[in-house]
Amino acid sequence: MKAIIFDIGSTFTKGVAFDLDRDEIIGKAKYPSTVNEDVTIGIQNVISEIERQTGLNIRDFNIKKATSSAAGGLKIIAIGLVPDLTSEAAKKASLGAGGKVLKTYSYELTNSDLDEIVLLKPDIIILAGGTDGGNRYYPITNAKKLSNLPLNIPFIYAGNKDLQDEIKNIFLSKGKEIYITENVMPEYGVINIEKVQNIIREVFLRNIIHAKGLDKVQELIDGIVMPTPLAVLKGLENFSEIYGESLLIDVGGATTDVCSVAKGDPTQSNVILKGLREPYVKRSVEGDLGVRVSALSLFDAAKKDIIKSFSQDKVKLIEEKVKFLSINTSYIPKNDEDLHLDAVLAYFAVKIATERHVGHIELVYTPMGTLLFQYGKDLRELDKVVCTGGPLIYNPYRLESLKGVIYSNDEPFILKPKNPTFYVDNEYIMFAIGVISEIYKDKALRLVEKYINKI
Amino acid sequence: MGERTVVLGVIGADVHAVGLRILDYALRSAGFDVVNIGVLSSQEDFIKAAIESGARAILVSSLYGHAELDCRGFKEKLQEAGLENILLYIGGNLGIGQKNWEEVEKKFKELGFHRVYPPKTMPDEVIRDLKKDLGLEK
Ligand code: B12
Repeated sequence: MKAIIFDIGSTFTKGVAFDLDRDEIIGKAKYPSTVNEDVTIGIQNVISEIERQTGLNIRDFNIKKATSSAAGGLKIIAIGLVPDLTSEAAKKASLGAGGKVLKTYSYELTNSDLDEIVLLKPDIIILAGGTDGGNRYYPITNAKKLSNLPLNIPFIYAGNKDLQDEIKNIFLSKGKEIYITENVMPEYGVINIEKVQNIIREVFLRNIIHAKGLDKVQELIDGIVMPTPLAVLKGLENFSEIYGESLLIDVGGATTDVCSVAKGDPTQSNVILKGLREPYVKRSVEGDLGVRVSALSLFDAAKKDIIKSFSQDKVKLIEEKVKFLSINTSYIPKNDEDLHLDAVLAYFAVKIATERHVGHIELVYTPMGTLLFQYGKDLRELDKVVCTGGPLIYNPYRLESLKGVIYSNDEPFILKPKNPTFYVDNEYIMFAIGVISEIYKDKALRLVEKYINKI
Repeated sequence: MGERTVVLGVIGADVHAVGLRILDYALRSAGFDVVNIGVLSSQEDFIKAAIESGARAILVSSLYGHAELDCRGFKEKLQEAGLENILLYIGGNLGIGQKNWEEVEKKFKELGFHRVYPPKTMPDEVIRDLKKDLGLEK
């Protein structure tokens, strides 16, 4: 049994070939993505290279599936009512489905919000708001406004159940495509994102691949089965089945993704859990943290600290170099200095992205003394961290970068892992494991054991 | 839900949970849809829950003696959130050292509460008032 799994990314189209009977990688290739001209060119080149490496013909492969994050990924706008309730739930759902959340909106959409939404060119809009039986005004008002936009994209309604029929009619009467699903927050504080995530994937398969011209891949392979980030998340779920609760950090050129498969219950007895409960499988994405396209915004986010890593006379030079990297987005480090700078940037990407992903404790002063409120997941006891993405796989200084994951006594209320063991996705196959796990669970698990190694 | 939705919780740093549970049970049995936000709830927690759930009334419970402090500015925040018409009740153990009840009641009315209940109020009384104030009485 042979398989090739492709990842059609924004810069590269990659392919990994497996002999699944022997749980082995037998070939690997990548080629610049050709989504703007004809996606099949990139795929064909990867196939030819893998045929050359393996001596096999593409027809010898029983499984030929792809994931995609090309053409800007799966761009979602999430709209809810209260920012940290239904808006947050809609955002979490979108991220967990492998989407890229362009922006989140709350309360009533204004005209400038609506103009912005059109300019942002989303692939999907998710409308939530109200618990079941709850608020009627905002979902209806926002639905009416959205239905008048000059956007020919699918809408998903995941708000107050009572309004499902009405909302459906609002969109249908304007000739829009509308999917209705379960509320992201059926009851106050209860998050329910599985159903909407299934719909997002369905819409991705049915509409988005076609809209982006990616369905042409079917001339060569079976098809695109999910967005790449979802495949990576599924890869991590497989890892967790073997090793227990875990965290994954994926540093890239444009974004840094963090995923956790963990409950995150309080580890100290005197804290009180507050805020929306986090999903067990949680993904967060930082669009301002990356080592190429987002190098400048990363630099801005941590300038003071980044500078401290270099001697005073080098600061100007470093700034120049960061600017250079943000423009030359496919630059590969050439010497030790380059590698060092990349490692420093990756450290801060890891540090800030992890801080934003994990929970925190807030001190609240009351007549009864100081109370400790925990928001989000306490991951201090979590002990497995998987790293992936170029800067964490190939850079010899990656262990330095990974220190950004670790809990610090200087910031005792940021609930990062205290003493994790690091694993690395050396072969860059986490996404492929995710795809294979949906077909042959046991084989995916064996690939995890074999190729995701302790550092 | 909708017509009969009420938000219920214990405000501030107060952990007295028993009365809340009894009220929750009694209100549900009387046909109300109860959004119980639990103990240790802030003013913001009540407001957010009321907006999302489209509640028509907020029932605040406070036992530990700091209700006045915890409720200051609540009315203003509700107005800010567009909930100026929501029905607002409070009960539990509101006065420290049992001052004269009329005084306590007056103070909480000034803070924006439509009804203020003395200690040991039975749920039946609240249910009767709620039905009347919400126009649910046929
Ligand atoms: C059990 C108890 C505790 C337990 C609570 C356990 C728990 N998780 O629930 C513990 C030991 C933790 C505790 C702690 C404290 N307690 Co205490 N506690 C009590 C006690 C003995 C019983 C409360 C109870 O459960 N009653 C049973 C329920 C069914 O009745 P209820 O709460 O009054 O609620 C009913 C009605 O009042 C009404 N109601 C309640 N809320 C509302 C709201 C609305 C809108 C309406 C309409 C009706 C309504 O409906 C309910 C059902 O019928 C009372 C004394 C008493 N006998 O009342 C003291 C009492 C409430 N506690 C008191 C104090 C001072 C404290 C502490 C500050 C003590 C301290 N110094 O540490 C701490 C505060 C801790 C905190 N952060 O909140 C004082 C409050 C004094 C005051 N308000 O002036 C009391 C009155 C004791 C006293 N006489 O001194 N306490």
